[in-house]
Amino acid sequence: MSQRHLLALFNNFEDAEAAIYELRAADIKGFDFDDLTLKSPIEHHEVEDVLGQRSAKVQWFTLVGALLGGLLGFFLISGAQANFYAQIKGGKPIVPFPPNFVLTFEMFVLGGVFISVLGFLVCAGLPAKRSPLYSAKVSEDQIGILVKADESAIAKIKGVLLNHEALEIQEEAGK
Amino acid sequence: MKDIREDIAWAKINQDVLKSLENPRKLYWVILFCALAAFGVGIGCEVYQYQTGLGVANLNNPYAWGLYISTFIFWIGMSHSGTLLSAILHLMHADWRKPIYRFAEAMTTFSLMTAGLFVMVHIGRLWQFYYSLPYPSERGIWPNFQSPLLWDAMAIFTYLSSSILFLYVGMIPDLAICRDNMHEGWRKKLYTLLSLGWEGTDRQWRNFRVTYLTIACFLSPLAVSVHSIVASDFAMSQQPGWHVTSFPPYFVAGALYSGCSGIITLFIILRYVFKFEEYMTKSILKKIVRLTFAISMIWTYLNAVEFASVWYSNDQASKDILIQKATGTYAPFWWGMIFCGSIVPLTLAFKRAQTNIPVLFAVSLLLNLGMWLERWMIIAPTFSHGYYPWTWDHDQWPSLIQWGMVFGSFGWFTMLFMVFCKVFPSVSMYEVKEMVYHRSLHLKKSETAEQGAH
Repeated sequence: MSQRHLLALFNNFEDAEAAIYELRAADIKGFDFDDLTLKSPIEHHEVEDVLGQRSAKVQWFTLVGALLGGLLGFFLISGAQANFYAQIKGGKPIVPFPPNFVLTFEMFVLGGVFISVLGFLVCAGLPAKRSPLYSAKVSEDQIGILVKADESAIAKIKGVLLNHEALEIQEEAGK
Repeated sequence: MKDIREDIAWAKINQDVLKSLENPRKLYWVILFCALAAFGVGIGCEVYQYQTGLGVANLNNPYAWGLYISTFIFWIGMSHSGTLLSAILHLMHADWRKPIYRFAEAMTTFSLMTAGLFVMVHIGRLWQFYYSLPYPSERGIWPNFQSPLLWDAMAIFTYLSSSILFLYVGMIPDLAICRDNMHEGWRKKLYTLLSLGWEGTDRQWRNFRVTYLTIACFLSPLAVSVHSIVASDFAMSQQPGWHVTSFPPYFVAGALYSGCSGIITLFIILRYVFKFEEYMTKSILKKIVRLTFAISMIWTYLNAVEFASVWYSNDQASKDILIQKATGTYAPFWWGMIFCGSIVPLTLAFKRAQTNIPVLFAVSLLLNLGMWLERWMIIAPTFSHGYYPWTWDHDQWPSLIQWGMVFGSFGWFTMLFMVFCKVFPSVSMYEVKEMVYHRSLHLKKSETAEQGAH
């Protein structure tokens, strides 16, 4: 069955929250709750209560980036220092740990930051083409609920959204 | 006095900030013109030095660093402003930072860019800068990885690149607002490109929050490490007056101090130039002023610790440097540093002064002068009064070329900063909305509780 997209705009977060609760409870055939997206001009911490746990994975990128950065830093420096045919050390340690810690720390941070940003882009799906159902009002002061559902479910979903004082509903045929 | 009004409409926040990108007050153009002129002077001096040689800077043995490295440390210190406001205060949930952290982050980025220039300028032979980079060459020789100077280069690179990313990532939601509200033209194209297709979905916000917090966690210790490493450039040497254990915390305190006073100066300028009176409120200014006062007292204490430890160490060479500072050629500047850094901030203890904008503007400029003098007074006296008596008659006065370059650096920084504020939103719109939203929620809750009690 063909799927369609709906974008409903709300004046405030409370109305949008109530609509989402009802959509979750309604168990509408042809509509998967995971296909619901909330769009807002600010970050709402409460959104997790409303949408259920949808975890972020950026921290795993951070962990890998920081560890790889630190290890890379340490082994690159040590590799250069261990070139003792060229650099005569005169009894001093070939790979001195205390001073190497400083550069290792810097590389640890560098790797952590760069890979976190990469992780952010991957996890947030950026860069992305703007979806056809985007309203500039969402970046101003309105809350949007974007829903993807079977054509048969659209009327019911629309009913729920209008029930909760949706200001405007945009509709477009999905793929 | 409130940090921000709870009833500001979100649409108005967008309008006010977007207006700042188009219609600043005339003073903006005056500042930009002056900055360009100052930058031109700096460029002229650098070209002359490049063609003629480092001798024109009046730098010679034993006086090797001069104003270039003093000003380098000053700008590195200034960069701590953004990290303090964006990262450290973010981790401490101080939401009053929200309307002002964006420009502080920009300060961080541009002051690091300015500092980096001085490292190259003081080499003299710019074309040999690549010697300091760790690259595999046929000679099999690497830079000395145990040298704080190499740590410095790495730390600054890490700090600069991380700060740019932090500034950019934090700006993405605002860039999307700009994209949605600008008319067709170069601005719209730029914002469309940089906003990466941000739509404010829950998935984007969720990952955004974690990323921003993560980078803040990395930046806080990084900022401390950067200035500790700069301090190690001095403290790890054997030179009298520099070989002091308390240098790293002293440098970090000095950095936060100059960063905070820089924020006060730019806060006042931006508030007027971009008509941000509703967002950069006096209440927020008061909080920064109090923070600056606290840091100034820490800095004063650390100064006293340094003098006392030198005095009681009974190391004659270090003691001589201290006496030289207080009574020798550089005495007026050293006492000027004490006056500007420790006496002038006492003004900030008075409640009336904490919101008096002309007084604060003057005080913040004096504090910055004090902080600049501090860096000069770390460098100059040691070079002119080292271990060997032959160094003692080398009180070298910086040449006009050096002064010109220092002057030019302020022009370069101001130019970058003012252009940034005209192209990108210098007040974070989404964070101000969050602040307004949470405060209005809090107000509603307390009103409901009050009604319940009645």
